[in-house]
Amino acid sequence: MAEIYESRAIIASTTTPQLRRAKFNWEAVGDHAILIAGVLFMVAPLLMLVQMSSMPDIETIKSGPSLQFGDQLWPNLMKALFESMSFSGANTGLNMFKNSLVLGLGFAIGKVVISMMAAYAIVYFRLRFGMVAFWLIFTTLLLPLEVRIVPSYEITQKLGLLNTYTGLIVPLIASATATFFFRQFYLSVPEELLEAARIDGAGPIRFFIDILIPLSQTMIAAIFIIMFVYGWNQYLWPTMIVTDESKYTLVQGIKQITQGLDGSQQVPEYGRSNLLAMLAIIPPVAVVIFFQRWFVKGLTESDK
Amino acid sequence: MKRAGFDSNWLPILLLLPQLSIIAVFFYWPALQALRSSFFLEDPFGFSASFVGLENYVRLLRSPEYLNNAGFTVVFSTSVTFFSLAIALLLAVKADKVIRGAKTYRTLLMWVYAVAPPVAGFITLIMFNQRWGPLTSFFELFGWDFRVRQNYADTAIAMIVASVWKQIPVNFIFFLSGLQSIPRNVVEAAMIDNRSAVSRFWTITFPLLAPTGFFLLITNITYSLFDTFGTIDTILRNNPGDNPVTLVYRVYLDGFRGQDIGGSSAQSVVLMVLVLLLTVFQFRMVERRIHYN
Repeated sequence: MAEIYESRAIIASTTTPQLRRAKFNWEAVGDHAILIAGVLFMVAPLLMLVQMSSMPDIETIKSGPSLQFGDQLWPNLMKALFESMSFSGANTGLNMFKNSLVLGLGFAIGKVVISMMAAYAIVYFRLRFGMVAFWLIFTTLLLPLEVRIVPSYEITQKLGLLNTYTGLIVPLIASATATFFFRQFYLSVPEELLEAARIDGAGPIRFFIDILIPLSQTMIAAIFIIMFVYGWNQYLWPTMIVTDESKYTLVQGIKQITQGLDGSQQVPEYGRSNLLAMLAIIPPVAVVIFFQRWFVKGLTESDK
Repeated sequence: MKRAGFDSNWLPILLLLPQLSIIAVFFYWPALQALRSSFFLEDPFGFSASFVGLENYVRLLRSPEYLNNAGFTVVFSTSVTFFSLAIALLLAVKADKVIRGAKTYRTLLMWVYAVAPPVAGFITLIMFNQRWGPLTSFFELFGWDFRVRQNYADTAIAMIVASVWKQIPVNFIFFLSGLQSIPRNVVEAAMIDNRSAVSRFWTITFPLLAPTGFFLLITNITYSLFDTFGTIDTILRNNPGDNPVTLVYRVYLDGFRGQDIGGSSAQSVVLMVLVLLLTVFQFRMVERRIHYN
């Protein structure tokens, strides 16, 4: 990228340098102003959550968010993690955190594993029904879970999977996004690799484990991250499948938190609620920021 | 399929089995079930169902409430798609341009991608708190008494703001990588030919970004239809009253609260057709898009 700017500087300097440079600076100031405004719009609400959770609830109720940082962050965190939100006593922040983690990891691992297997079967085998399998999987991209939510619920109920991790995770895996990323990727792997492997006497399983999986590491990481965030953030499906409070996820708990903020006689606990919301935000955000490179790669390559 | 594939019959079946069985049980079965029950009238306790043909669909199209929801969904999706694309494009163009701090901006603008929709709704309720919400106070400066969940239009605006906020990062990432993949010589040639940055953007950059933009257009429509469920549910606090709801929310309300399985299924089928059309449209455009590369 730097070279573009150098060449621009050269172009600029050939025509009345003084004027050009002055204009360029103003432009840059304007660009940064727009970007900073954008960053503020995106990040300020998150900072507000942190600020509010550091204040005593009484202060918050009187005057709302402010620029002042209080000393209640730690006590509120302890409350959010270990104190239950309702009578059953099961839905502490820690327990919901655990459930969210099970959902996020279970979904991401399950999805990556079955998708890789299916894509491998479709790309690397001469199959009579290969095309049929491909289209059967392909059509699942057309209908999001939200559309077939009522019958999906009924079927999960019939199978006795309400309030189980299986019922929570497996129906969510029934869409083929990841299969298509892997299929695209395998198609771009040079054919010579397979020929060489066959000459060396490697069977299909060896080829898959020793060559293809190591080759797809970045791809696996990228899809895993996107799927973890997707699974962790699920709302509608958990809300329907899980009624047992000990299996609530954090995102699901948000509903309970929000409802607890009004309509009760007690002081609404903004500090604790905001910390629970932050607990729901931090793991996926951390994953996205930490694995930025892979994440962006995974997202943008999916459309090609 | 690869030219030099393996010849084995049992292995590929074994590899496909997990995915195909999950899809059969949790995708095809419920989808067909939805189609089937859309032609039946079921009593609320599920004891009996009578075939009524297209009656559920006719009932839908005659229901002023449903048409009202459909109208709102159009307004909602259009606004969310337009604003999140426009803001993200502006930010991406600027981030692509600045020399210093581009990476920092990208990191900061990305965070919200990972925030769950209900959390976005939760934050919105705080921002629009009746007594001290920062955005409520801001609107007060203009004499606007903003009331979420009490005023139809205000609630709609809050939903749109929350959904746009949540969607900007995805669009931003795509636009930025689209911009950065424009060949350097094209950019240089454009700079020599055309001094005005604005006209350079509309004549060179924008057409080159069009494939990304089109892909995002479809993604954003799908997002605003389906993924905003959590945001909307949280803002309404599970109690819609007279507030605006989208079509997907209506499926949930009628199916679970109203126990109107037939009506809810008919709505599902209408949405399925809608998504199908969108997808077909997208693929036709993708075929045409190949010419760009």
